[in-house]
Amino acid sequence: MAALPDKHETVTLDTFLRGLWQENPVFVMLLGMCPTLAVTNSAINALAMGLASTFVLVMSNSLVSMMRNFIPKQVRIATYIIIIATFVTMVDYAIQAISLDLYNALGAFIQLIVVNCMILGRAEAYASKQRLGATIINGLGIGAGFTFALLCLGVVREVLGAGTLFGFVLFGENFQPWVIMILPPGGFFVLGAWLLIFNWFRDRREQAERDLAEVQNER
Amino acid sequence: MSTTDTQSVTQPTPAFNMLRTLGLVATISGLLVVLSYRITLPMIEHNKQMAIERALFKVIPGAISRKNFEIVNNKIQPSGDKPQGIALYAGYDANGQLKGVALEAAAAGYQDVIRILYGYDPYCQCIRGIEVLKMAETPGIGDKINKDRNFVKNFEALEARPHASGKGLQNAIVPVKHGSKTEPWQIDAISGATISSTAVARMLNDASQQYVPIIINNLSVLENQE
Amino acid sequence: MNADSVTFIFLNAAIVNNFVLAMFLGICPFLGVSAKRETAWSMGLAVIFVMLVSSISAYGINWILQTLNIEYLRLICYIAVIASAVQLVEMTLKKFSPALFRALGIFLPLITTNCAILGVALFQTSREYNFVQSVSFSLGAGVGFTIALMLMAGLRQQLELAKVPSISQGAAMTLMLAGLLSLAFMGFAGLGASHG
Repeated sequence: MAALPDKHETVTLDTFLRGLWQENPVFVMLLGMCPTLAVTNSAINALAMGLASTFVLVMSNSLVSMMRNFIPKQVRIATYIIIIATFVTMVDYAIQAISLDLYNALGAFIQLIVVNCMILGRAEAYASKQRLGATIINGLGIGAGFTFALLCLGVVREVLGAGTLFGFVLFGENFQPWVIMILPPGGFFVLGAWLLIFNWFRDRREQAERDLAEVQNER
Repeated sequence: MSTTDTQSVTQPTPAFNMLRTLGLVATISGLLVVLSYRITLPMIEHNKQMAIERALFKVIPGAISRKNFEIVNNKIQPSGDKPQGIALYAGYDANGQLKGVALEAAAAGYQDVIRILYGYDPYCQCIRGIEVLKMAETPGIGDKINKDRNFVKNFEALEARPHASGKGLQNAIVPVKHGSKTEPWQIDAISGATISSTAVARMLNDASQQYVPIIINNLSVLENQE
Repeated sequence: MNADSVTFIFLNAAIVNNFVLAMFLGICPFLGVSAKRETAWSMGLAVIFVMLVSSISAYGINWILQTLNIEYLRLICYIAVIASAVQLVEMTLKKFSPALFRALGIFLPLITTNCAILGVALFQTSREYNFVQSVSFSLGAGVGFTIALMLMAGLRQQLELAKVPSISQGAAMTLMLAGLLSLAFMGFAGLGASHG
């Protein structure tokens, strides 16, 4: 891996939007799958997990970006891990201070943000080469993409599996919840279904581009 | 990481640099962690107290204040800074009268361990309420142990009388099939969630067999704590 | 303290609450390294090994931290210990068993970011397991991971011959399969209850 000092990216709207759609960490890059599946049995858990991960991502990557010229190559991974673990510990205490119920619902998965490959991956691939501003914007974008993906799962699973959304009852008394959706298998099924939808969209777009190219070639 | 990097071979970073960076990062992270720990500690303590009290006042009807005790070597003593034995909470009403004690109990349920807090009234010698602290039972089936009205009714006055010999219970707490409860020490199981119901019965029986005689024998310790 | 029996902990971690299919730990390697049965087997062995080592070290670390009253450094210490444990295992294997190293070698660095390993350390702490319980828990988790990985690899090898729409190839199909496996594993629930 050639760690050539890439060109510094100029901050544009795309720096942010890319993480939301084109480089969505869950649907496109398939990173950070463990929390994606484990804590999305309700929308509120998904939201909390997304926000916590975003905070850790932005803060740790900012620090990495600020220190990018001081970190010797040989110890960079160790440094990144220490930085990430620090912010995760902070988030861990913050959530305990805000709400114990939420903390118990998320369980060990708050602390497991440390090994979310998404965060280490961004530190290595982006923050270690880019300026602070670009890193923060990009981190926010990726974080928003991650939160969005988690919410996609959490909302579907909670509505189908419990008949509620953010704790509010949606359907009448006679609604029979599809319990399997908030159980572990439901996580796999719903994520699989979302991936199918995303793949289908991508396929259609690529097909459209190919058709367009053909039409232009014929002219 | 076994790939040798040509760049680092030609111009090696001095060990001093690495140590400096790691030292700096470790210092920053240590500072941040200790800082956030110190700031959040009182809030977390407060939250934990609230959680215990919320559960406690639910399982001991009429209690409005509490005191922490622990069971060490079959004796009950006020708990110190470091937990030594089994935690036991005593609940008092407005006049400082002992209303009951609460203990934790646990047993393997359908999915994972079920952990509950139960309230014991030493005057009627019965269990007055349970509150599930942690469970992973199937939603809609096993998790009814928390909500099912008929099941919760079991714990309005579930008999747990100590045996005359001072060891164990006079009548063991047992689960029975739904709708066939005849004695005050029986637990009417939820139909369709037998395993979860049985687990609750078993953990209550195990805990009571062991601790009820101790509670009755040490009642004065609990009553005198104002 | 925790009164769970050693067999219950082992079975619970391996089958009833399978680390991959019920607890969602170690999904990344589960999706990434489950294409072939041979690699899945090697990966499983490597994970069992590292889990055992890191579980034992985590137990020691936790004891030290508790004696010194600095539990807030737990997470940082755990991740550092696991990273170095992986390195240590790698070096030891290289020196004493080159054959095994060749089989497991490429998977070892991957294991550092396997959340199942850190998960074992964190769960054994939060459940207050004693030493024997911790060891049995880590072995159970490792065995459970290997079982899930092997089952998945077997399925995927068969699946390569099947004709499916192009959009459902890859991760989407694997996740659906994992859902079915997870559904099947739910049938094991209640194992611990009857003779716990």
